[in-house]
Amino acid sequence: MTSTGNAVQANYDLAFDLYPYARVADQDACVRHPVVVVGGGPVGLTLALDLGRRGTPVVVLDDHAGPGQGSKAICFAKRTLDIAHRLGAAAPMMDKGIVWSRGRVFHGDGQLFQFDLQPEPGDRHPAFINLQQPYFEQAMVKAIRREQAAGAPIEIRGGNRVTGLEVRDDHARLEVDTPDGPYSLEADYLIACDGARSPLRKMMGLGFDGRVFEDNFLIADVRMSADFPTERWFWFQPPFKDSGQSALLHKQPDDVWRIDFQLGSDIVREVELQDDRVRARVDAMLSSQTGEVPAYDLVWTSIYRFQCRRMRQFRHGPVFFAGDSAHQVSPFGARGANSGVQDAENLAWKLDLVVKGKAGQPLLDSYHTERAFAADENILNSSRSTDFMTPKTDASRLFRDAVLDLAGRYAFARPLVNSGRLSVPCVYEAHHGFGPDDFDGPVKTRPGSACCDGPLGNGFLLDALTDGFTVLTLGQANLSVPGLAHLHIERPTAEVAARFLGDAPGAVYLIRPDHHILARWAETTPDAVLAAVARATGQEGFHAPEA
Amino acid sequence: MPLKLDPNLSDPDGAYDLLIAAHDGLDKAQSDALNARLILILANHIGDLDILSEALQAARAAG
Ligand SMILES: Cc1cc2nc3c(=O)[nH]c(=O)nc-3n(C[C@H](O)[C@H](O)[C@H](O)COP(=O)(O)OP(=O)(O)OC[C@H]3O[C@@H](n4cnc5c(N)ncnc54)[C@H](O)[C@@H]3O)c2cc1C
Repeated sequence: MTSTGNAVQANYDLAFDLYPYARVADQDACVRHPVVVVGGGPVGLTLALDLGRRGTPVVVLDDHAGPGQGSKAICFAKRTLDIAHRLGAAAPMMDKGIVWSRGRVFHGDGQLFQFDLQPEPGDRHPAFINLQQPYFEQAMVKAIRREQAAGAPIEIRGGNRVTGLEVRDDHARLEVDTPDGPYSLEADYLIACDGARSPLRKMMGLGFDGRVFEDNFLIADVRMSADFPTERWFWFQPPFKDSGQSALLHKQPDDVWRIDFQLGSDIVREVELQDDRVRARVDAMLSSQTGEVPAYDLVWTSIYRFQCRRMRQFRHGPVFFAGDSAHQVSPFGARGANSGVQDAENLAWKLDLVVKGKAGQPLLDSYHTERAFAADENILNSSRSTDFMTPKTDASRLFRDAVLDLAGRYAFARPLVNSGRLSVPCVYEAHHGFGPDDFDGPVKTRPGSACCDGPLGNGFLLDALTDGFTVLTLGQANLSVPGLAHLHIERPTAEVAARFLGDAPGAVYLIRPDHHILARWAETTPDAVLAAVARATGQEGFHAPEA
Repeated sequence: MPLKLDPNLSDPDGAYDLLIAAHDGLDKAQSDALNARLILILANHIGDLDILSEALQAARAAG
């Protein structure tokens, strides 16, 4: 058994004390759990909450007692908010979070253009909110505490550091250090949500494939009460002194602003982190539009390097990797936490069905297929943003500068300007288990896509979907299937009709527990719907030849 | 619509002249930048990624 000896020293200062260490009976005898999650970041917490609400017991181990100070993620996308809402955790996020709509893009001294993000009419959530990551985690833990009080089998063990791992065919055994000394526990399924440096990944000797970008980003969070607009400002080749290749200014709650300078590859960290150097840059940026430096405090500074890469396999027998432990992207486009939360929700319902014996192993394999596909899409998008911001060749710089030169004058060039593409859920296109698509309907709701929202009665469509499979019928199509939840919308609102029907008089949609659309038909039979569910869950009939 | 590689310019000499004249008085870097802007404008005008990618292949093949 490996033990650090120096049991569970904190690596960072906490923003909130959410799950302090407490001794549990398990520490006296090795107990086997159905699901153990390592890591109580946004991903591990989402997974635990989703599993627990479904009634599958889950233990979360984290080596700290809460999130660290200083926010990593600040942008949480609509899909993440929809997921948090389904899990009952979104209200505090929406209360605290900041909605912004105007962005400005600058090139050198001049403003190239500005844009306004309009919310989709009839959706509950905006395209995204800005919120410090510790608040996101706090809201998740709050929802977990509420579910625990209502009997959900979720346990969070803070101050529990995993130091050893043995993987068998059908379970994993963990060595855990605590302030009371080490203990062992076992898991039928072990989910590694232990972050970018994933100790579990290292213990298994697994690596990453992909690109490492050499650029260093200086992050400075500053607090200022000055009346500064709630907008996103992005500079290519900022004119202020020593500010690097690009710079970003973005509002967070609590009068805090996120400032980001892309410093390039050739820097001395310690020097760049000196207060006066940071302040010189921040002063230049904040005064760039008005000529005056507003009063501000430095709340948090840090220098980061980013990588765009992922593990080859997200599943290794009983061990699954989710979130940053499985994949990493550059921060432009806010795809880290947002995609990790989607990993969690993809895995939660699948694990739940398998643990309860209602689905077989192929369903769990589809976690890797679907989320590795999503990771590739995120990596592609964030690599493209990074390449636009820091051209790596002469030709790419030539085109990048040409786009910027054109964008100030001609609207056509603005969509080519890439300062990060908003995180949107990926469409599991042509994936095994999805389909059929027997309806010539809108592209937005094709099988594989995340079900979009829309007004329904006094509420929203997504709220009317269940945590299980739902048959959604609209207009003239109306079909209930034994054993499946059914939602019929006789007279859809204009938004819902445009998204789900197009010009058709009716349609049948089958929606998965993670609210991705599994199949759709102009009209169909209960048997066909049940066959689609069976195919999606890797059940009987799965191998039967299709008629 | 496939990429046109048969003669399509109504006045080839005039068109060629336009391209050259546009670079009058520009140094190498300015010329390169002008070409890049021109390519982007034309690419947007074409709109279709298949045609663009055919055109790129054709251009590479001839070099
Ligand atoms: C500067 C910056 C800006 C970012 N901006 C955004 C953004 O705007 N939007 C966005 O979506 N993402 C953003 N990200 C990415 C986002 O922060 C991460 O993707 C996210 O934190 C990943 O969550 P996670 O749960 O996978 O891992 P983490 O948040 O890293 O959590 C891992 C947890 O595991 C615990 N742990 C580690 N080892 C052990 C062990 N041996 N035993 C027990 N516990 C252990 C850790 O203490 C930690 O609590 C940003 C990142 C950075 C650095």
